Amino acid sequence: MNTTKTDRIDVLRIRDDFPILKREIAPGIPLVYLDSTATSQKPLAVIRAMNEYYERNNANIHRGVHTLAEEATAQYEAAREKIARFIGARKSREVIFVRNTTEAINLVAFSWGRKFLQRGDRILLTEMEHHSNLVPWQMLAQEKELFLDFIPVTNEGLLDLSEIEQFLEQKPKIVAITHMSNVLGTINPIRQITRLAHAAGALVLVDGAQSVPHLPVNVQDLDVDFLAFSAHKMLGPTGIGALYGKEELLEAMPPFLGGGDMIKKVYLRSFSPNDLPHKFEAGTPAIAEAIGFGAAVDYLSRVGMERVAAHEYELIGYALEALSEIEGVKVYGPSAEQKGGVASFTMRGVHPHDVSQILDSEGIAVRAGHHCAMPLHEKFGLPATTRASFYLYNTREEVDQLVRGLAKVKKIFG
Amino acid sequence: MDDLYREIIIERYKEPLYRGVLEPHDISFEDENPLCGDHIRIDLRVDENSRVVEAAFSGHGCAISQASADLLLESIIGKTLEEVKRLNKEDVLDLLGIELGPVRLKCALLPLKVIKAGVYGLGEASDSLVEE
Repeated sequence: MNTTKTDRIDVLRIRDDFPILKREIAPGIPLVYLDSTATSQKPLAVIRAMNEYYERNNANIHRGVHTLAEEATAQYEAAREKIARFIGARKSREVIFVRNTTEAINLVAFSWGRKFLQRGDRILLTEMEHHSNLVPWQMLAQEKELFLDFIPVTNEGLLDLSEIEQFLEQKPKIVAITHMSNVLGTINPIRQITRLAHAAGALVLVDGAQSVPHLPVNVQDLDVDFLAFSAHKMLGPTGIGALYGKEELLEAMPPFLGGGDMIKKVYLRSFSPNDLPHKFEAGTPAIAEAIGFGAAVDYLSRVGMERVAAHEYELIGYALEALSEIEGVKVYGPSAEQKGGVASFTMRGVHPHDVSQILDSEGIAVRAGHHCAMPLHEKFGLPATTRASFYLYNTREEVDQLVRGLAKVKKIFG
Repeated sequence: MDDLYREIIIERYKEPLYRGVLEPHDISFEDENPLCGDHIRIDLRVDENSRVVEAAFSGHGCAISQASADLLLESIIGKTLEEVKRLNKEDVLDLLGIELGPVRLKCALLPLKVIKAGVYGLGEASDSLVEE
């Protein structure tokens, strides 16, 4: 393992910032949290930012001119600016607050898709998509009679890009693709795909639910048209996420949900929509959560995303090596060089649910199931897998504990 | 937590007594737990008095759902279909001898849900079949 990198993160100091990591699952059994791909834990800075908002500044935003309303509005919009900077957006109005990645993708499918797609048009997806980047397109395809095509996944868990040019010759209107698979951990070559897709006249939507929390992501470098991601997977609260969209695309799109704040003027039989980004933010939004999201982005920026990615790269390399030494364990997905901190595996003769239940008795939290990617599991002929995933607060010792936990599973089912 | 894996559960998971398929059968039903992909099919043969005389399950799943199926089938042999309809969540937990959180409870109750949907002759199995 490469340990010569001088600029490494101080994991123990980082762990100190996360109160939950000090808890025990049972007396004497500390929590080993290896489920950050499902949701990350939250540092004190995020929890405090939200509490402070409720204790000092709580008010509705964009209306009212009293002090609290001004403060709340300023904090909410400051959070948007932080998030825009974090992903390298040109302007903060290109960042729309939504509930989560799923809602962001639905927004594009139903606002952009309903307006610009016609019967017979094609959408290009991949076989490794999370249900959130699959079902909205299926719903739209059913409504508008569209065709869905899928870039296949190889046995190693990589996208088979040998056929991408044939797919693009079919002139899809949009390519919707995950940046990092939540099951295999595969990091897809987004820059290469946007270049090819744009040359073929297609827009590109990237599901960044797993990449934005774990890798440096810059929307201008990648030249993506839309990027969807959730706060709760990147140290922030649940109930808030963001949709980035290029300004001219968002401008051309009709509102998604109707209601307060998304309008300029309302008459009894008609309305005129508000400007960006408010056009897409109907109703009172999750204000405290947006502020918490901003605090999460501050935290990650202070640590530095390159360092987060380097730490996870080291951990996954260590974990893959350790897991491969356990007889009967099979890990899915590519090698450490091509993936993020996700290890989905099976253990011969033991159902993933039972694996994770026994690991839980050792304090180890992993996920079992199909991880909202049923078609991908079907492709590999698996009803379910167990998934261990890593973040900036995980340690090598925790990987060792996972390995010891798996030895216990073997003993019980041996 | 380790209590979940009582000897009887591991034993019935590894060497079930009622695994198989009955052809022909009087009642057959299958369903899955979409959360974890567990899939269970249950076949029953009944006599002229509507008593269960033979039972078998097939499919795949975790130790809890498989052991639950095996123990449940063992317990309904000799029972009338009316008696089977009255089985509920508590009966399954008594057979397994464990307490379960809401997620694993679904695994344990899947076999009962499938049996009752079959006995009632329903088009699909619903959670309401196994609530108290």
